[in-house]
Amino acid sequence: MISAQAFGDPGKMKDYHYTGPVEHRFSPYAYNGGTVLAVAGDDFAIVASDTRLSEGYSIHSRDSPKCYKLTDTTVLGCSGFHGDCLTLTKIIDARLKMYKHSNNKTMTSGAIAAMLSTILYSRRFFPYYVYNIIGGLDEEGKGAVYSFDPVGSYQRDTYKAGGSASAMLQPLLDNQIGFKNMEGVQHVPLTQEKAVQLVKDVFISAAERDVYTGDALRVCIITKEGLKEQTVPLRKD
Amino acid sequence: MALEDVCGFKEKLFSTLEDTTTSVHDYCNLEWKGQETSEKIPHHFFMPHFSQTNFSISRTPSPFGPRDRSVTVRRPFPLSHGTTTLGFIFQGGVIAAADTRASAGGLVACPAVHKITPIHSHLVVTSSGSGADCMLWERILIREIRLYQLRHRRRLSIRGTAKLLSFMLHPFKGTNVCVALTLCGWDKEDGGPGCAKNSEDTSCKTDDSPSGVISSATHSLSPNCGPQLIYVCSDGARLQGEVFSVGSGSPYAYSVLDGSLSWDLSKKEAISLAREAVFRATHRDAYSGNNVDLFLVTAQGWSQRRREDLKEEYYRDMERKAQKQQSGTTQVMTCKK
Repeated sequence: MISAQAFGDPGKMKDYHYTGPVEHRFSPYAYNGGTVLAVAGDDFAIVASDTRLSEGYSIHSRDSPKCYKLTDTTVLGCSGFHGDCLTLTKIIDARLKMYKHSNNKTMTSGAIAAMLSTILYSRRFFPYYVYNIIGGLDEEGKGAVYSFDPVGSYQRDTYKAGGSASAMLQPLLDNQIGFKNMEGVQHVPLTQEKAVQLVKDVFISAAERDVYTGDALRVCIITKEGLKEQTVPLRKD
Repeated sequence: MALEDVCGFKEKLFSTLEDTTTSVHDYCNLEWKGQETSEKIPHHFFMPHFSQTNFSISRTPSPFGPRDRSVTVRRPFPLSHGTTTLGFIFQGGVIAAADTRASAGGLVACPAVHKITPIHSHLVVTSSGSGADCMLWERILIREIRLYQLRHRRRLSIRGTAKLLSFMLHPFKGTNVCVALTLCGWDKEDGGPGCAKNSEDTSCKTDDSPSGVISSATHSLSPNCGPQLIYVCSDGARLQGEVFSVGSGSPYAYSVLDGSLSWDLSKKEAISLAREAVFRATHRDAYSGNNVDLFLVTAQGWSQRRREDLKEEYYRDMERKAQKQQSGTTQVMTCKK
């Protein structure tokens, strides 16, 4: 059973000697792990996530992907607390339907991102413990990635990693896709095949070093032809 | 969106939905429509709700925020914080500058955030504090200013905007909403009675449009005319001034600004000073870094300088220091044996 103490400040050593009885408050949050990644290209977008659902030292499920299809051109990846992920996706689905019925058109990726920001902020004082990344195509058909923090601050990016292994994956993506910290290198635009291969390699690395990431990888590729999904096995230990 | 509100369109649409099932109501956060009469502030569109926090304690929650600390839920994650932003007034207008790093705990959440947001053609606002709070409150402010403009057929002054923002933030005082905005703008009140403060300053009064130069010896900043710089914070502070710097890197920025700031700077000098201040702050403050954004607000509106990566500036600075040392003009400290 995970107590609220588990989510203490990062970098602080936890004391293990007996300090007297400590009151543990019920924490409404749990951390279910998982990593999500999204990459935007010139005419495609990729959203990928691992499929492990864990809590503490246990694995609840090896087949719980974290990519949710919202529309034909938008996929949402959410990791963090699984209960909040489920409720949030239900709310977004309902709002998408309402929009479709009122305005007779599907919501665009940018509009979904703005809406998600307000949904998250409406719970500013009891947040959804979810790290969201939206991947899709914008109105011009170019790839778009929007990354969020748990209370609704968002930004359009070219690539973003979120979840438990995000701190390990983001520098690798900065180097390989953003060509950061490399001198004298030609900036070649990312092709779809190279991007998919990069995503697979990057998740294999994440599974090596992060205990909450593994089991399998679900990759969703969004192009103007539609959505394609691939499943790739990862380490199961 | 703003126009819909003025026409009352949304009220008519959703009043029918309210009669249907209440479960859909709660799910989709439509509660805000039903609370219209009970909330005293009409700006409830994006307002977060407090009533959801009493999940385990049987206390009647007050409508304007948790009074008792123990009711709030402890968050297991850090939010984006840490920044350097600055703004100052000089003879050519108002300069607003900021870094672009958003840090969450020890991690750089995003290296390329926009901390300076235009509200309308003659007002930009620099934000610091919690990223999500600033983003949403800027959005609310843009909406309210636009609504004011549609309803009253004139633009609200910068001081009025600051007052409005401060009053909107007031109910959240005591919660952990952390917003510190600097409004940098230019008021275009032409020829009103408040335009001339001193009796000798007649040029401003008779001109029908402010030419951007307040030609008085003491450069008195008239209340509703010309450049304005106002700091508004979620604690309730609302301060007007000539130079402000906000954030974890502000002490470093202040020291650079205080050294060289004066009213008579040329546009180029002012821009260079702002850049230098942000650069020095990003160098010393761990939570500031990456790039520098710079906006200049004049009587013609705001203009943005291209975002500059400070990595290059750092290397240039190192080279300059190395050259200085080589030419032997600096005396390196001698060790006493």
